[in-house]
Amino acid sequence: MNIPLNHEAWEAIALTLELAASTTMILLVVATPLAWWLSQTQSRWRAPISALATLPLVLPPSVLGFYLLVAMGPQGPLGQLTQALGWGVLSFTFTGLLIGSVIFSLPFAVQPVQHAFESMGQRPMEVAFTLGAGPLDAFFSVALPLARPGLITAAILSFSHTVGEFGVVLMIGGNIPGSTRVVSTQIYGHVEAMEYAQAHWLAGCMLVFSFAVLLALSMMRKRVGRVLP
Amino acid sequence: MSTKEGLRIRLSLTRPDFALQVDLDLPSTGITVLYGASGSGKTSLLRCVAGLERPADALVRVGRDLWHDDARGVYVPTWRRDLGYVFQEASLFEHLSVQENLSYGLNRSRKAGAAQALLRAIELLGIGHLTRRHPGSLSGGERQRVAIARALANQPSLLLLDEPLASLDMARRQEILPWLESMRDELYIPMLYVTHSADEVARLADHLVLLAGGCVKAHGPAQDVLARVDSPVIVGEDAGVLLYGRVLRRDTQWHLSEVGFPGGALWVRDTHLAVGQQVRLRVLARDISITIHETQDTSIQNHLKARVETIVDDVHPSQALVRLRCGESVLLARVTKRAVSALNLSAGKAVWAQIKSVAVIE
Repeated sequence: MNIPLNHEAWEAIALTLELAASTTMILLVVATPLAWWLSQTQSRWRAPISALATLPLVLPPSVLGFYLLVAMGPQGPLGQLTQALGWGVLSFTFTGLLIGSVIFSLPFAVQPVQHAFESMGQRPMEVAFTLGAGPLDAFFSVALPLARPGLITAAILSFSHTVGEFGVVLMIGGNIPGSTRVVSTQIYGHVEAMEYAQAHWLAGCMLVFSFAVLLALSMMRKRVGRVLP
Repeated sequence: MSTKEGLRIRLSLTRPDFALQVDLDLPSTGITVLYGASGSGKTSLLRCVAGLERPADALVRVGRDLWHDDARGVYVPTWRRDLGYVFQEASLFEHLSVQENLSYGLNRSRKAGAAQALLRAIELLGIGHLTRRHPGSLSGGERQRVAIARALANQPSLLLLDEPLASLDMARRQEILPWLESMRDELYIPMLYVTHSADEVARLADHLVLLAGGCVKAHGPAQDVLARVDSPVIVGEDAGVLLYGRVLRRDTQWHLSEVGFPGGALWVRDTHLAVGQQVRLRVLARDISITIHETQDTSIQNHLKARVETIVDDVHPSQALVRLRCGESVLLARVTKRAVSALNLSAGKAVWAQIKSVAVIE
């Protein structure tokens, strides 16, 4: 059978995967220290920072995308900064899209990790301290391994949420083939152009792929869960 | 006790609903038991010594090591204090095997011979067969023994134990107590042991600190503190004294051993103790009755000549606690006030103490 996925479709799929994988990796690095801070601090900044980190969860993607577009545009503060640094304007580029995706999925990465840190309580860290481990050592040898189920959940949610995003992409990415056109916007384009066959194939691929990724990850998590009661 | 050798703890800790104020000089050997009801501040005191809680104005010195002295601006964080800590609930790292748990501290230790110390701790606590297992598959008693061995592996200069048996049932406690006793006898690590169990005090304490409402009510050698009647440390059914003695002889026909102590001798159940062996005897106040003349026609085997020292009110209005001097030792007897009146008991009166039962410890 001839699969009618043209060059453009493959390009969109590759771009989507690249975006989702990069977003997930950046988020794990950014969200873990943030989640740790939120789970430990008694600072009065905790509540506002926590609310800020949760904001993308309730904000319509188009609103988030709009503000990012304005900020990253030639006149926006972020845009001025990137121009001053010689990086040019980031809106309608893959980097701009990546920044948008990271912010858009931030709560999906922070919350499971924060929950994992909070539910382990102070005790494991205290035990590590009494055994001669300093804070950084204890964090990497005790807190992080114990939070593994939370980290895996964060990775699954960040990845799938990025694959599924549409509003933010459309606002700050535009729809430039090979640069910012991901599967979701590609499908939208096919539907707009009444190319239902292509839209069907791409949507079907997306469905099967998403399901397979989630199934694989949740099976992995189950196995990890068995090792870590 | 030289002041440079012992354990010096002076601190005050204020929390919204609680205040702890302590000034103690403790010996550098044996087990010091911190005893008190829940909320008396004993766990907070232990946490302050470990540096897990930071008191306001404090001095904590272990031997020559200064851990905390606000007057000199010294504060050593927990991970640089040479201590071992056993928490109330077994707090093994769930993501590591038993062996990895045991060597966690070892890998961070700069001490020579640490590997040997771990091997000895594993042997002392009888957990050699568990090292390949995972914490999740261990029983509560086994987990706590692993946690104790893990704390011992670094050869700490002070071992802190926070109610290590409280989360275990009676059978598991009986399983661990002998290990703690052998630790006391075979290692020369001073221990601070928090408990609210009178039984653990009797079995383990060399030195006793009584805490109530965040203050030290009494402290000193366990034997002395337990025999006080002005502020009975252990009230109710568990009031009683400790006697340190030595096995004099065994009566194999009747399965009894005679234990001599400063002030007399007692026949106790023969538990295959060797003649000459040191033992601790626990005599509860409720097991002692008082007669004016020595009675021979009684089933009670132990009669000691004694002298009344003081008589104080007991918990219930019908009862009195009588402190008896018996040579160099002290006994506590619980009798009714009606008996005190009928026998005309008063300080200085010569009496006979009839001892119905004696618990032999170790």
